[in-house]
Amino acid sequence: MTFDLDLIISFLPDILRALGVTILLWIVGSALGILVGFVIAVLRRYGPRGLDLALLAPVELIRGTPFLVQIFLLYYGGPFIGLSLDSVTAGLVGLTIYGAAYYSELWRSGFNAIPRGHIEAAQCVGLNRRQTLKRIILPEMTMLLLPSMVNMTILMLKETAILSIISVPELTLAVSALGTKYYAFVEGFAILALVYWALVEACSAMGRYAERRLSKYRFAAT
Amino acid sequence: MTEKPAIKVEKLVKRFGANTVLSGIDLVVPRGQVTCLIGPSGSGKSTLLRCIAFLEEANEGLIEINGEPLGFTSGEYGERNRLPAAQIQKVRSHIGMVFQQFNLWPHMTALGNVAEALVTVRGMPRKAAEERAMAQLSNVGLSARAGHYPSELSGGQQQRVAIARALALDPDIMLFDEPTSSLDPELTGEVLNVMRELAQSGMTMLVVTHEIGFAASVGSKIVFLDHGEKIVEGRPDEVFGKPRHERIDQFLDTYLDRGAATLL
Repeated sequence: MTFDLDLIISFLPDILRALGVTILLWIVGSALGILVGFVIAVLRRYGPRGLDLALLAPVELIRGTPFLVQIFLLYYGGPFIGLSLDSVTAGLVGLTIYGAAYYSELWRSGFNAIPRGHIEAAQCVGLNRRQTLKRIILPEMTMLLLPSMVNMTILMLKETAILSIISVPELTLAVSALGTKYYAFVEGFAILALVYWALVEACSAMGRYAERRLSKYRFAAT
Repeated sequence: MTEKPAIKVEKLVKRFGANTVLSGIDLVVPRGQVTCLIGPSGSGKSTLLRCIAFLEEANEGLIEINGEPLGFTSGEYGERNRLPAAQIQKVRSHIGMVFQQFNLWPHMTALGNVAEALVTVRGMPRKAAEERAMAQLSNVGLSARAGHYPSELSGGQQQRVAIARALALDPDIMLFDEPTSSLDPELTGEVLNVMRELAQSGMTMLVVTHEIGFAASVGSKIVFLDHGEKIVEGRPDEVFGKPRHERIDQFLDTYLDRGAATLL
C-alpha cells in the first residue's frame, strides 16, 4: 500500500468544506457553551438554593457520561420525546450542552477564586452587584480562567469528531468516508490528525498571546 | 448635624454562629479627630470596624453615621427594622474604607482604581474622573505611578493608592483596618505619613492598628477592646500613662518590646 496523497488532494474541496463545518461547530459550540455555562454558574451562585441543586444534577450527569452516548441519545432518542433535530442542529445543541456543563464548573471555580476583599472594596466605593460583576469580577475571572478556558476549548474541538457518528458532515466523517471508499485510512487519518493538531496549536498560540498581554494584570503580592 | 458625633455605636452585638465577637459595644467617634481601636487579635476590633463599614451586619444594636442610622433603625417596640438599600448606600457614601490587604483591582492601573467609582457610581465623564483621580494620587505622592498596575507597585504604594481611591469619593469619615499590618517596617512609614497628613487636614478617622506609636502620637482617643468588650477608653496619655489598666499593661508587654512601651 502506498501513501496516496493525490487522493487527498483530489478531494480537497470536499475536505475543506467539511473542515469549515468542523470549525463552525467548534467556534459556535464553544461560544454558546461558555455563555450558557456562565449563566448556569451565575444562577447557581446568586439564585435560590433550590436552583443550585436543580442545576447541579444535569451538570453532573453531563460530566459523568461520555459525549458519544449523549449525542447518540439526543439524535436518535430525541424523536421519542418529540425532539427531531437534523444532524447539524443536534450536533450543535449537544456540543453546547456538553460544553456548558464543563465551562459552568470553570466559571464556578473562577467566582470562588476572586478574593473577597476585591468585592468588598467595590461595595465600599458604592458599586452595586451588577457593576461589581461587570467591572471587577468578570475581568478578574477572565485573567484567572484563561488557561483553563483555552484547555477546555481545545477539548471541544476534538469532541466535534464524535459528531461523525450522527452523520454531521464534518471533517472526521468526510475523511473516514474517503477511507472506506478508497481504502485510504492511513492517508486520511494522518491528514486528519495533522489538521486537528494545527487547529489546536493555533488556539493555544492565541491563548498564550492573550496570557502574555494580560500578564501585567496578575494579582499583586501583598 | 455638627453637634452629632461622626459615628455613634450603641450596644452593638455581633455573633458568628455560637461565637460572640462583639458583646454590646458602645462607641462615639468625634468629628475631625483620630480615634484608634487597639487590642489583641480576636478582640473584635476589626469586626467592629467592618460593621461600621456595613461589610458585616451586626445582630443587635444600632450604628449612626452623622446622626443618620446605618442599615437598621430601632422601631417602636425596640425591634430593628432594616432600611432600604438606597438609604444604606447613601449613609455609606460618607465613609471611606482602607483594608489591610489593600484590595486594589489587579486589572486596573493605579489611576483606573481611583477613577473607577467616580465613573461607574458617580457617573462622571472618564476624563474628568481621571483628572480628579490624578489629583488624589499626587496627594499621596504617587502621580508618577498613575499608569502602573498593582502588581508593579510596592505594598506601601498599593496602600497609598487604596487611600487615594477611598478619598476620591470625598468621604467625611475614613476607616482604616490595620492599614500597615501587611507591610514591611520600611514601607509602614510612608503609609503612616499619609495618614498623619490626612489627620492634620481634619479628617475624621477610625483606625484599627497595632502601631501603638502612631495611636499614641496621632490619636485623640484610644479605645482598647478585649474579648468583644470595651475595656478602656480615653486620651492616649490617660490610656497609656501611669497608672494604667492592668490589661493595657499586659497588652503592651506582649505586643511591644518593653523598650517601646516605656517610651510612652
